[in-house]
Amino acid sequence: MEHKLRILVAKLGLDAHDRGAKVVARAYRDAGFEVIYTGIYQRPEQVAQAALQEDVDVVAVSSLAGAHLTLIPDLIDLLRAEGVDDVLVLAGGVIPDDDIAGLKAAGVAEVFGPGADLDEIIAYTRAHAKRA
Amino acid sequence: MDLTTVLERFHNGDRRALARAITWAENGAPEAGELIRSTFPKTGRAHAIGITGPPGAGKSTLVDRIASRFRELGKTVGIVAVDPTSPFTGGAILGDRIRMQRTLSDPGVYMRSLASRGHLGGISIATGDVVGLLDAFGFDVVLVETVGAGQSEVEIMDLAHTTCVVMIPGMGDDIQAIKAGILEIGDVFAINKADREGSDRTVMEIEAMLDLGHMGEAGVNRWGGTAQANSGALSRLDRTGHHGAADAGGASAWIATSSRHAADRHGTANPGDISWRPPVVKTVAKDGQGIDSFVDRMEQHLGFLRETGRWEQLKQRDAAAKLRDIVAGRAARTVLDRAAQAGDLDRLTRAIATRSTDPYSAAEEVLSLHMGG
Repeated sequence: MEHKLRILVAKLGLDAHDRGAKVVARAYRDAGFEVIYTGIYQRPEQVAQAALQEDVDVVAVSSLAGAHLTLIPDLIDLLRAEGVDDVLVLAGGVIPDDDIAGLKAAGVAEVFGPGADLDEIIAYTRAHAKRA
Repeated sequence: MDLTTVLERFHNGDRRALARAITWAENGAPEAGELIRSTFPKTGRAHAIGITGPPGAGKSTLVDRIASRFRELGKTVGIVAVDPTSPFTGGAILGDRIRMQRTLSDPGVYMRSLASRGHLGGISIATGDVVGLLDAFGFDVVLVETVGAGQSEVEIMDLAHTTCVVMIPGMGDDIQAIKAGILEIGDVFAINKADREGSDRTVMEIEAMLDLGHMGEAGVNRWGGTAQANSGALSRLDRTGHHGAADAGGASAWIATSSRHAADRHGTANPGDISWRPPVVKTVAKDGQGIDSFVDRMEQHLGFLRETGRWEQLKQRDAAAKLRDIVAGRAARTVLDRAAQAGDLDRLTRAIATRSTDPYSAAEEVLSLHMGG
């Protein structure tokens, strides 16, 4: 039987702007993904636990409040510490170009900015999810 | 992680292995068979509690509170929450974790979101196996939250030892309360959002409905013989107990049916018997009001099941249902595979479509040709 792709759409830290996260969540749903949405104001520990318990293929972090350079690497460290090593981590939102290299070095596979095309995000996710 | 690693780590209490095991069970992966074989002997200990009710009744928030309460009582809790799959895209938004933030950081709690994947009974096909895995993993309590349910999503009753039906005030006049369906399956009722106007009236309507089918005060009732029997309650038996049986008329037919169902599930009102009259509790999940007594009632119901031998009966029932399901599924698949290979499936499909035969005759032919041996 087919492996249904499961994705966690997460908002980290003091960042209440979740319109983008909801649009992306909806797009993934419409593309046939099972989307776990955990709401705003999540700590990296909570997101890592959710990713582990839900056994997701992908974690997509939406960040619009500027703390991505600390919170996203923290999240990736926690995932690794829990042995969650086969999950694809994506970031989206308002992330300056200068920060992208640092995020990728920390383990983020790809960063999608405000202009990103939803179809392109989904195609990328499908192509790179490790257990597809 | 391969099967051997997952099994070894599962039996050592590793939650990541549990998570992967659930994924395999849910997907009907090749590993699922061996997984169930290896974990099944450890099942049969957890108290499985179903939480059902209409969308927006506050089920997720209640589950969060209930889980916290069980943790205070020293019990570990597994949670399964089912949300609907889109019938158009096969995708789903699983948002139950949003309302469960209180307990989800607790290492004594594990929570998994499931999509209904096209199944319409309020849970998904794999929900039973997932509950089994949480049970085998060692959780004391497994809470199962159904999709927002209307009147016919009653499958949770076959999976849970204790079924809790959550209602909210102002959902309709009292005729809603006597309809068949989810109101018949409750072992415990919660009127959530009880700080809203009309909650007393809703409680009254549910109580009145329950009075028609059940004897005695809410909770465990002992009829005759035992210390707790009380004559006041016994006189209520005359007043309400034999209504359905005495009145053979059409209007009361549902009462008779409801009484039979009640007798099956909750015990009869014969002197000497122990029966269960579903209690109704008021809760305000967002403030945590009424949660302690709600959980008390669930535990009382568990006590009732154990004391009356129903706990063992439920195991028998589950075993029979599982065996039937698996045999029926495999038998159907075998016959259909054979018929397909022989070309009969295609031939008869065309014949039905062109109206040169009918579906029943065609099915008879398939069965007579391919069911033997």
